[in-house]
Amino acid sequence: MKRKDGRKPGDLRPVEIKAGVIEQADGSAMVRMGRTIAMAAVYGPREMHPRRMQKSDRAFLKTIYRMAPFSTTDRCRPGRSRRSQEISMVTREALEPAIFLEEFPKTGIYLFIEIIQADAGTRTAGINAASVALADAGIPMRDLVTAVAAGKVDNEYFLDLEYKEEEETAADLPIAYMPRSKKVTLLQMDGDLSVKDVKAVMQMAIKGCEIMYEKQKQALRERWETRPKEAGREARPAEPAKKPAVKEAKPPPSPKGDSRGKSAKSIKTRKKE
Amino acid sequence: MILQNQYILNLASKGQRIDKRGPDEYRKIVVEKSPIEKPEGCARVTLGETVVMAGVKMGIGTPFSDRPDEGVLMVNAEFSPIASPDFESGPPSEEAVELARVVDRGIRESHAIDLKKLCIKKAEKVWMVNVDIHILNHTGNLIDAAALASIAALWEVRMPELKGDEINYDKKTNKKLPISSKPVPVTFAKVEGSLFMDPSLEEEEVMGARLTVTTKDDGNIVALQKGGTATLTQDEIENAFGLAEKKARELRRLLN
Repeated sequence: MKRKDGRKPGDLRPVEIKAGVIEQADGSAMVRMGRTIAMAAVYGPREMHPRRMQKSDRAFLKTIYRMAPFSTTDRCRPGRSRRSQEISMVTREALEPAIFLEEFPKTGIYLFIEIIQADAGTRTAGINAASVALADAGIPMRDLVTAVAAGKVDNEYFLDLEYKEEEETAADLPIAYMPRSKKVTLLQMDGDLSVKDVKAVMQMAIKGCEIMYEKQKQALRERWETRPKEAGREARPAEPAKKPAVKEAKPPPSPKGDSRGKSAKSIKTRKKE
Repeated sequence: MILQNQYILNLASKGQRIDKRGPDEYRKIVVEKSPIEKPEGCARVTLGETVVMAGVKMGIGTPFSDRPDEGVLMVNAEFSPIASPDFESGPPSEEAVELARVVDRGIRESHAIDLKKLCIKKAEKVWMVNVDIHILNHTGNLIDAAALASIAALWEVRMPELKGDEINYDKKTNKKLPISSKPVPVTFAKVEGSLFMDPSLEEEEVMGARLTVTTKDDGNIVALQKGGTATLTQDEIENAFGLAEKKARELRRLLN
């Protein structure tokens, strides 16, 4: 069965991921899934305010998810809503297991997710962007966290629903996943499905996560990979005009935890070289 | 405290719990129906030492523009500072927002309430169903206690009399809400690789991840919510589905 936009049931929407899109941030990323666009920026590790939020044994991942008022058909009121508070919370819980927070006691890692355009799947797009932004910032991580939703429409399982599908779906199940260790870090569902259906939808969402994972890695490679003969001193010449000048000529920080053990300061210094 | 935490973790690695309960054993549950008179529907649930009260107040309002012929269901939770040294007064905390939204999702997605039957005049006037959850003592597993109290309170509702545009709260009719099912959540805590139902406060303090599975009468799953900063495997989640469905059938009987 074909879907409204011509996709097959197990297809993701067209995905575009770009790392390093906000020059001021320590790390940033843009993720587009169909018409849904999410941007994420990471600042820190830096001093945690308010100080009572400091954790003596690890960093605090301060996470704020918000939607631009113009991102939806009906203008959505700016500021915190109950929905955005809940999504901020589950996003933080989805990302924390991947980060070596214990490397940076008493600090705060500030993560801001802004939905520029909403067409279903904003929390998954937000997590995908956040995960790439954290890696882009050189924060040591166990793995990238990758997120995709799946659902059931008219007796068929569909991956990565767009808004028109979500409206008529029997259920929507977003999942966040760490592909290397095969661990689920976010799981939500609303709908009305049999246990068998939930298992099938979950399996489909996890498959989607594995595809998304490759796109995230590709985005980080495009931003940081250098040609072998230039031995890490020159940035790849691809699309040089689009890259901010200060970000060129840097060695790649690995997103996969190889940089574990380096302090935040050394990562920062390296970025300024 | 740290000693006790370590003790709980050590026990959990052997699949045992500090209060000697089995992994799928709830603390004692008491459901009191309509303990007070003012709300249109009310219930108090005692789960071990956790006490949660839910009250339903009916109101009249305008429907949402995208659903002009449907009544409005609103679930709100307040973690009152009387219930725990950890609760502060002020705007609802993240936890309170999450709790209200998980309870809301279970009721909404199970279509327990036929909102279309709560339309008085299309696009103009509909019934508003306000469910307010009040925590009166917090010793763990607020989600399950709050959801049980909410659904019990909704089944208790007697609609007030409607006089023209006004509600006459002094006169309750015999009419119930158009309600047809009982969505029941079962919450697990993952402690050292063991999945424990109905976590106590001590267990919640050391748990890695939390998983709530809400099922309705026919066994279908209507809501899922993972919490906590640890991870779950696909096997653990799928295993929880079956256990939750079985336990929910038991819990549902307490609501009859």
